[in-house]
Amino acid sequence: MDRRTAISRVALILGATVIGGDLFISGCKNEHSVAGQTVLNESQINYLNEVAETILPKTAASGGAKEANVGAFMKTMVRDCYSAEEQVIFFSGLEELEESCRKMNGKGFLESSAAERKKLLISLDAVVKEDKKKNDLLKQKEAERQKTAQAGGKPNYLKKNPPASYYAMIRQLSLLGYFTSEIGYKSMGYVPVPGRYDGNVTSHI
Amino acid sequence: MAENTYDAIVIGSGISGGWAAKELTGKGLKTLMLERGRNYEHIKDYKYGTRQPWEFEHRGSTTKEQQKNYPVIHRGWAANEAVMDCWTNEQDSPYSEVKPFTWWRSYQLGGRSTLWGRQSYRWSDFDFEANAKEGWAIDWPIRYQDISPWYDYVEKFAGISGAKDGLAHLPDGHFLPPVSMNIVEKDVASRLKKHYNNQRHLINGRVANLTEAIPGRTRCQFRDRCWEGCPFGGYFSTQSSTLPAAMDTGNLTVRPWSIVTRILYDKDKKKATGVEILDAETNQTYQYHAKIIFLNASSLNSAWVLMNSATDVWKDGLGSSSGELGHNIMDHHYNLGASGSIEGYDDHFIYGRRPTGFYIPRFTNLYGDKREFTRGFGYQGGASRDSWSREIAELNVGGEFKDALAHPGSWNIGMTGFGEILPYHENKITLDPHRKDKWGLPILSMDAELKDNEKKMRTAITSEAAEMLEAAGVKNIRTWDSGHAMGHGIHEMGTARMGNDPKTSVLNQHNQVWDALNVFVTDGACMTSSACVNPSLTYMALTARACDFAFNELKKGNL
Repeated sequence: MDRRTAISRVALILGATVIGGDLFISGCKNEHSVAGQTVLNESQINYLNEVAETILPKTAASGGAKEANVGAFMKTMVRDCYSAEEQVIFFSGLEELEESCRKMNGKGFLESSAAERKKLLISLDAVVKEDKKKNDLLKQKEAERQKTAQAGGKPNYLKKNPPASYYAMIRQLSLLGYFTSEIGYKSMGYVPVPGRYDGNVTSHI
Repeated sequence: MAENTYDAIVIGSGISGGWAAKELTGKGLKTLMLERGRNYEHIKDYKYGTRQPWEFEHRGSTTKEQQKNYPVIHRGWAANEAVMDCWTNEQDSPYSEVKPFTWWRSYQLGGRSTLWGRQSYRWSDFDFEANAKEGWAIDWPIRYQDISPWYDYVEKFAGISGAKDGLAHLPDGHFLPPVSMNIVEKDVASRLKKHYNNQRHLINGRVANLTEAIPGRTRCQFRDRCWEGCPFGGYFSTQSSTLPAAMDTGNLTVRPWSIVTRILYDKDKKKATGVEILDAETNQTYQYHAKIIFLNASSLNSAWVLMNSATDVWKDGLGSSSGELGHNIMDHHYNLGASGSIEGYDDHFIYGRRPTGFYIPRFTNLYGDKREFTRGFGYQGGASRDSWSREIAELNVGGEFKDALAHPGSWNIGMTGFGEILPYHENKITLDPHRKDKWGLPILSMDAELKDNEKKMRTAITSEAAEMLEAAGVKNIRTWDSGHAMGHGIHEMGTARMGNDPKTSVLNQHNQVWDALNVFVTDGACMTSSACVNPSLTYMALTARACDFAFNELKKGNL
């Protein structure tokens, strides 16, 4: 993997910053989130599989997020790669999501119809997009700060990204978990050992 | 004593150390190769190389624990689940930063040869003559004609793919067929050629990946997973290439977990007699003896070994009599470039995953071009279609969204600049008087930075990239410059430079330490300038050349 690939791979993994990528900066963390929970249980995994399936449902072309068991992937990532601060946001987010659903649909997420689930997630996504705009501005300022610090000869690699919102986390983990699963890779026509390179073919596999 | 005696000792097992071992054993010399880290066997130890991408527990992400323990590696793009075991444990082996310095280390057999970017280019006389012509620093003691046959020699063995482009400033070599460019890159190349009257060239990246099988090695399978260790031996590494050749001679002994703490020096004979090592696992000290020593511990660690040697004769170490040991550290500055989208290719797709991209060789301060800075820069880049991680307007939930993401998105093209850094005496590394590593050994302190010439060059790197993309019809062009800490280019060099005069250089024209002629330094430490061209192929050629010289001198009884 050279730099070019690495850069594109980083982008591939996320499209933006990988949540959980900031811990090394924030230093020592207390091991427990506010709710004390750091590992998703089975019912939460099932719940998240349903949320992810709404974002990336089974279609004629390929299986969906539930089949790819994106919920189990979220368990691994939140447990191993999320900072304590992010874990708090994530776990309290599970409750917030359920509350938002009750507010909008008058019932919980699992009780909601496919259309109701979709309507809820579209509204949450709009909020995330607004937040992202604000965060992008902050990140830009942080990037400038780092550059100035470096130019001033001061070792400084701190990337204090603002914490993501819980729905940004769920959405990101759903996409990452799905498209890096076997089902996801195959939906994109992944060939494990291509054997050759052709930079101009007229049909996508 | 006798069992600890060899004809030659090679310190380090990376790109240049592997070459030294291959050449010396091939000439019949009983050789001991010392590696400070673990053994890392070809194929057998590539635990992820055949794993499917979805079988990685974190799908490439690193854990909190890894982020905490490997802060330097997490500054850049190289922290990936598949290779974290290959990076140096930063808690055991710290270093100090007077100024920001990113040091990418791999303490294991093969060093960074399994992890390198594989871009392989010859330097030209524009590079070797630059210092002399400008009166900058000191002159290189060699010219292109001295190294050219050795480029031939190493290219044939290593297997470099590329096209003959006929550029005097980026000489052609002995190439396997190139990895082809994709349709967008080919079109952009011809548009640039026309726009710049054949003065700028977008060419196939020349890369140490096999496009045809060579004895003992299978050709590249276009998986683009080199770093995980290639079970096909599809790219050049110590493990795939030089080590098996050296082992086949029956003359090589490899000793992992061997931290060389100093070169043993006989001040009466003015020669090295061997090395002292610390066993990294047992903390036991051992001595090994040999007629010649090749120091290939990587630019900074080779300087470290010299700084710790013969301190009873020279307080700053073997090779310090010139006052240049540890000074003149260089790198290639990057982390900047431009990218954009290109229209009209929606019906064109890519099959396979290349281990390379395109290259745009230097064009500044050449053939009449004149800038407000000296020297130049090149670009590495590529065109590709967007992946699933893109945003899709108006779609964010549902089957249509998912199916759209599974299909390749729009075409983009981007390039990253790599600029020459001049040798400045004040850019230096020293031993930190206060801190020690896990083994109680002194650690390095880095004090180096970019200066005016590099800063001016950076402005041109982004603006020229944007201008070229615009000339090629690329839309939505954006430039970026994330700043560059020294070392981040992973092309650190210059800490024990070659020269014509022992008063101003550490090594002579054959890479011999002036103060101990049976010690050869042929890794990046030996470089007198940095050019803007990737240096590894030059280290290979210099190493093979120095081994040939050393062997002949031994035969003549001169060493």
